[in-house]
Amino acid sequence: MKKVILSAFAAVSLIMGTVTITGPAEAAPGAKPPAQDWSWQGPFGTFDRPSLRRGLQVYSEVCSGCHSLNLVAYRALGEVGFSIDEIKAFASEFEVVDGPDEDGEMFDREAIPSDMFVSPFENENAARASNNGAMPPDLSLMTKARFNGPDYLLALLTGYEEDAPAGVELMDGMSYNHYFPGNQIAMAMPIDDDSVEYADGTEATQDQIARDVVTFLAWAAEPELEERKRLGIKVMIFLIFLTGLLYALKRKVWADQH
Amino acid sequence: MSSKFFENPVIKWVEYRMPVFTFLDHSLGSSYPTPKNLNYWWNFGSLAGLVLVIMIVSGIVLAMNYTPHVDYAFESVERIMRDVNYGWLIRYIHMNGGSAFFICVYIHLFRGMYFGSYKEPRELLWILGVFILLAMMATAFMGYVLPWGQMSFWGATVITNLFSAIPFVGDSIVTLLWGGFSVDNPTLNRFFALHYLLPFVIVGLVVFHIWALHMHRSNNPLGVDVKGPEDMIPFHPYYTVKDLFGMGVFMVLFMFFVFYAPNFFGEPDNYIKANPMVTPPHIVPEWYFLPYYAILRAFTTDFFLFQIVSLGGFLMDAKLAGVLAMFASILLLLLLPWLDRSKVRSNRFRPINLWFFWIFFIDCIFLGYIGGKPAEGSFIIMGQIATTYYFAHIVILIPLISILERPKPIPESISSAVTSAGH
Repeated sequence: MKKVILSAFAAVSLIMGTVTITGPAEAAPGAKPPAQDWSWQGPFGTFDRPSLRRGLQVYSEVCSGCHSLNLVAYRALGEVGFSIDEIKAFASEFEVVDGPDEDGEMFDREAIPSDMFVSPFENENAARASNNGAMPPDLSLMTKARFNGPDYLLALLTGYEEDAPAGVELMDGMSYNHYFPGNQIAMAMPIDDDSVEYADGTEATQDQIARDVVTFLAWAAEPELEERKRLGIKVMIFLIFLTGLLYALKRKVWADQH
Repeated sequence: MSSKFFENPVIKWVEYRMPVFTFLDHSLGSSYPTPKNLNYWWNFGSLAGLVLVIMIVSGIVLAMNYTPHVDYAFESVERIMRDVNYGWLIRYIHMNGGSAFFICVYIHLFRGMYFGSYKEPRELLWILGVFILLAMMATAFMGYVLPWGQMSFWGATVITNLFSAIPFVGDSIVTLLWGGFSVDNPTLNRFFALHYLLPFVIVGLVVFHIWALHMHRSNNPLGVDVKGPEDMIPFHPYYTVKDLFGMGVFMVLFMFFVFYAPNFFGEPDNYIKANPMVTPPHIVPEWYFLPYYAILRAFTTDFFLFQIVSLGGFLMDAKLAGVLAMFASILLLLLLPWLDRSKVRSNRFRPINLWFFWIFFIDCIFLGYIGGKPAEGSFIIMGQIATTYYFAHIVILIPLISILERPKPIPESISSAVTSAGH
């Protein structure tokens, strides 16, 4: 019987050996983004508040020209240190359609904290019409919707090349990006050094701006993160303690069986 | 049943009219004798039961806040995550609970295979378990569609389309599943209704599973029948406390994922709202379906197993063969009690079968790995080899080994084995 097994093994390894291991012929996936340290990682992680504030500024001044943030309400900013007056002032810069009023007419009004972030475009067609046919995706969940989202976004935002490498033909209106799948991206390089002037005086390098907006978007995607981690610690301590007690109880109950 | 439990007048009153306390005592109390040598692999049945309860409770709360409509489903899930009190916690528990359920059930299943728990007289117990697995798979598949992300939509499209391979009625079945001519709002609505229904079918199957268990009681690591009271201990308090400890360990691990890696088992693409106009580059099911997905995709026209089962393509096309193979990979488990001719249950006394058990286990893991890779290049061939081995193991190796193998001597009884081992 042992011989049978051995020859079976030999047969399997022979078959495996003759299979040449070729890599999958996928479409160019884009370079692997370097791993970063983010303030919200780890069991006690929190969003860096000044960075998050600057990130909101970057989103407002740069991204929001094309990208919506449909799932985030202005009031949510209150969870990360914005005062209600700041939120009201911020929201009031935007207009939303409301109604109908008592005459049955729709009307424009200033946005209030309970409104969602106002989209730059009325609908998808309008967005495509203004963007060379491409649809700027909603950013509400962007850091969760990509593998290693925060690292990927930072790499993408800072991974542009002014001229495509030799031999790469860019389609009309496209830019070359090391990290975007296929390397051709419809979004032109969105941020450069000094694309924004920070209210808090932080030097606005391209890397800093990108980090700040990634921090803001990570919060927008996971506004529950800080509460989740805080509660998690308590639950884990409780469960480990309870399990320890149950183990002691199990030992005691089983003592007469061993 | 001693009368010491019935001194309390209220219990006495109830017991006289309906013997619930006697029933409980005989089901998981001190009057339910259990083999005394069960190891920790026997914890996973109760763990699967715990996860089922967690899934039903969290699921009902989610359903109170979810909207099964293509225009609102994705947004309503995000509203649960952002605005419902502790909605993120409930949703992450439910999301990770699906994975935890399959982990527990797969361990439970492999434990049954390792220790021969499916053998006479526990065949029905095993068969009911396979039915539970099938019901779980249907439930999990439909549940994954509900958040209406890209993977929800495209996973639903790929899997429902499989039924079109069935001759003559396939297309009608697909139309019926969809409630239309593509995966759309009617599909989402019926999947939601069925996703709410099926867990209660699972509960019913679990009741039968436990009923069958209580007839001949648990198998044990030695696989020998209990010979007398010296081989047994009462379920309570011994196994109640052991199960509780196991649940504690499980909850520590489970809650770690819920709080610190809630999207570990998920696909980023499902945080993009479903878009019928954009196909994701790489459609993959949830991890617990990957081995079956690999088997499905292994069937190409040049696969020799396909050539054999279809008589050179005469009987069916490769798509139908793949679909049949995928279902067969689970349905064949129903025949395991009869494919395995050996009277010896536990692999501890089956030196050859033990080896092949582990090869089969690795093969299943490897199929899962292949299922997560794109179907191209050498992955296709590796998937075909692993698929061939999967079926060869169940249909050829198990019967063959069970006839040819000479098992080691099995102990007289549980207590004699414990005594001779020097305890």
